[in-house]
Amino acid sequence: MSGAVAVTGIGVVSPSGVGADRHWASVLAGRTAIGRITRFDPESYPTRLAGEVRGFDERGHVEARILVQTDRWTHLGLAAADMALADAGVDPARLPEYDMAVVTAASSGGTEFGQREIERLWSRGPRHVGAYQSIAWFYAATTGQISIRHGMRGPCAVLCAEQAGGLDALAHARRLLGEDARLALSGGTDASLCPYGLAAQLASGRLSRGDDPARAYLPFDSHAAGHVPGEGGAMFVLEDDAAAEARGAASYATLDGYAATFDPAEDRGRPPGLRRAAELALADAGAEPADIDVVFADAAAVPELDRRESAALCALFGPYGVPVAAPKTMYGRLYAGGAALDVATALLAIRDGLIPPTVGVRRLADDCPLDLVRDRPRPAAVRRVLLLARGEGGFNSALVVSAPRPSRARPAHNGGGHGHEPTDPGRPEAPAA
Amino acid sequence: MSPLTLDDLRRLLREAGGDDLTGALEGAIHDETFGDLGYDSLAVLELSGLLQRERGVEIPDEMLSGLRTPRQLLDFVNSGHALR
Amino acid sequence: MSADPSGRVAVTGLGVVAPGGIGVKAFWELLTSGRTATREITLFDATGFRSRIAAECDFDPALEGLSPREIRRLDRVAQFALVCARDAVEDSGLDLGAAAPERIGVSIGSAVGCTTRLEEEYVVLSDAGRDWLVDPAYVVPHTYDYMVPSTIAAEIARSCGAEGPVALVSTGCTAGLDAVGHGLRLLREGAADIVVAGAAEAPLSPITSACFDAIKATSPDNDDPAHASRPFDLNRHGFVLGEGAAVMVLERAEDAHRRDARVYAEITGFAGRSNAFHMTGLKPDGREMAEAIRAAMARAGAGPDDIDYINAHGSGTKQNDRHETAAFKRSLGPRAYEVPVSSIKSMIGHSLGAIGAIEVAASVLALQHQVVPPTANLHTPDPECDLDYVPLIAREARLDTVLSVGSGFGGFQSAMVLSRSGRA
Repeated sequence: MSGAVAVTGIGVVSPSGVGADRHWASVLAGRTAIGRITRFDPESYPTRLAGEVRGFDERGHVEARILVQTDRWTHLGLAAADMALADAGVDPARLPEYDMAVVTAASSGGTEFGQREIERLWSRGPRHVGAYQSIAWFYAATTGQISIRHGMRGPCAVLCAEQAGGLDALAHARRLLGEDARLALSGGTDASLCPYGLAAQLASGRLSRGDDPARAYLPFDSHAAGHVPGEGGAMFVLEDDAAAEARGAASYATLDGYAATFDPAEDRGRPPGLRRAAELALADAGAEPADIDVVFADAAAVPELDRRESAALCALFGPYGVPVAAPKTMYGRLYAGGAALDVATALLAIRDGLIPPTVGVRRLADDCPLDLVRDRPRPAAVRRVLLLARGEGGFNSALVVSAPRPSRARPAHNGGGHGHEPTDPGRPEAPAA
Repeated sequence: MSPLTLDDLRRLLREAGGDDLTGALEGAIHDETFGDLGYDSLAVLELSGLLQRERGVEIPDEMLSGLRTPRQLLDFVNSGHALR
Repeated sequence: MSADPSGRVAVTGLGVVAPGGIGVKAFWELLTSGRTATREITLFDATGFRSRIAAECDFDPALEGLSPREIRRLDRVAQFALVCARDAVEDSGLDLGAAAPERIGVSIGSAVGCTTRLEEEYVVLSDAGRDWLVDPAYVVPHTYDYMVPSTIAAEIARSCGAEGPVALVSTGCTAGLDAVGHGLRLLREGAADIVVAGAAEAPLSPITSACFDAIKATSPDNDDPAHASRPFDLNRHGFVLGEGAAVMVLERAEDAHRRDARVYAEITGFAGRSNAFHMTGLKPDGREMAEAIRAAMARAGAGPDDIDYINAHGSGTKQNDRHETAAFKRSLGPRAYEVPVSSIKSMIGHSLGAIGAIEVAASVLALQHQVVPPTANLHTPDPECDLDYVPLIAREARLDTVLSVGSGFGGFQSAMVLSRSGRA
């Protein structure tokens, strides 16, 4: 192993679009994909907005016999995994079976499937629970199904750290590639927009209650009042960089640094751990703060959490010291899929030399002196990105990703970065190149 | 209750194990194994659950794995040997 | 801290909550007695369920030192985990308050998280399943904490003052083994100096029983609960659901020796593979489990002849025990016929994501006491399972190296090699 781990394929299922190109086009257009929940009638809920993956053609992505035995969370994961493999130009059937690993982040598991089965149990009796409940709801279902679908018999894993899990999963995949895996399929998806899922999220006290999609999720804003939930995520193909180069595969980025820390209990009087996670990740990457071109923020939109994140960023970069991106304002906080989607978006930012916008934020809170890139994408040489993610309960994770050498890079879209590709038409309203 | 027909069984299989619209369930499938038709052990368990819920038909554990084709299952269910 | 990929990792503290006895002593006493802790389900009304047997823990949270707020806030699974973690830390002799918090990590496994509270709350919110939309007005604080299993690891981290990497590993029925393996990795890569590692599960709730009933995986021998878990026996009819937890303190061996810690055992190798075959089905050839075993042994620098005992997955289903027997033969060759193999699930049932860690605890204790726990209820050999499964009676043995294995839904296959302290 050369040591460096490259991302050679991306698969995205996002409220902003199914497929990386659609997602990215929508994000660059600054278009919000948050809207009123349609999966069920949210009228009786104080939170009625979410980022839903609309028009996801599950039958087009997953065979019927797999659809019936899996939750939507797994449907999204299978679709994203397939897209990542296609994007990477990898056929798992041609690789040694034990050399391929699958690592996903999970958070609430097969929420909607589980709610249906528990409903049947309690309204009709235990005999009404089906044969698939035993494999559809538990947190390992998506990793298991992906492994089976592609014959990947290496070390497979599932990590749960709420919104931070996606970074942990990628880091674990990187770790496995440093052992004896040659290829890893990793990332995370989430789909907890069912009544019980939303009701449980309400208990966290972190959900926004606004009804205006444009102003419901406002991280670092003086009116920050919680996040909007979303579904979706991303999956990636990771390979040893040298091996990827040897087979002629272009690279989106290398995963250079990672760290995870945990916050002390409130009464210990010790500082929260986000700053340290960032510092350790930078050290792991052999990077200084000055090397970072953009930070993809956790962006909790809870005033105290925003303050802490800002404080960490200011300590490292100085006030307004680094561009900050929170495109999740356009599609929501995706829990097990959230950090993975941030990584996908960051890789596209590297590819095209464009920092995606954060939308809706009008006035930064006084304690958030950040160079938040707002409303429109900002062209920039994006060579190194720091991603931050915090999981409810005290989890902090940080990841540093770096652009590949120009000769290894994926060609840019839309006129930025290193080269030109025809504009992907995406949705009808996509911008011209 | 009227006997379970092959069409009934087709519907139950689709519900239990999905239907990929490949036409695999069309035609003379009486002696195809469930596996060949694309329905694995879990789908067959799900099918037996549906039969129990819809028709009150209970297929004893030790019989289930031996019912490998539509003909065998239909014969058993319609034979009156299935518990109710 | 520098990484040491082949570094020896020591188990220096242990806490166990298991059916039949709370605490390490009671646990080991049950295992060596060959008594079983499987009984009629009491934790909920199991009328109408196909399998009405479980291995339950007689656990009183207040008696175990949990505060009223902890009891209110924590699902049973987290209560188990917390009690075990506290016991393990105390047992290790470490003063965590004196350790650098950022160098303490946590790695906990659970397959189904806070199922019990999730189900209880759902009954209220949905009014016993009448209302799909549920009524958010009935949501209680902490409901979200029940939905995400990471809560369990977070609670332990806060309790231990851990500020290093904290992980909740959820690979189904191998989660317990995998969480300990994850802890091993954290230490070897220098991400932490102390790792509180283990697993917990408290799945005994209607939805869990119902889902295993639906696939006929659990034993329906309700008229004889004490003998219903029969790994490797010809007349085995499925596994018996269990609950419990085991948590260990892990440190690099040189750190443990430097502070003169009592070292139970060393973990020398760990590996995972997947069968990529079926979510629940197992092929009879056991090849992927054999691969996991080979990889773990290679990392431990151990060959088949070095293995003195195998703590089996031994769930007691027809297919598992046959699959596993084949895996032992594939990976150990003729040695498979010489090595004692036993399944403690025969006594404490199958606690899903916890059992892997509980079995590591049993392996550690086996090494410490030089005794192999038996496979209970093994009266009628199965010609397909023809190894030495240590039927009924515990056996003294010279044990230097133990192999512990696990297998689970989703195709996960995991293996861990442990050695007596001081041996490579």
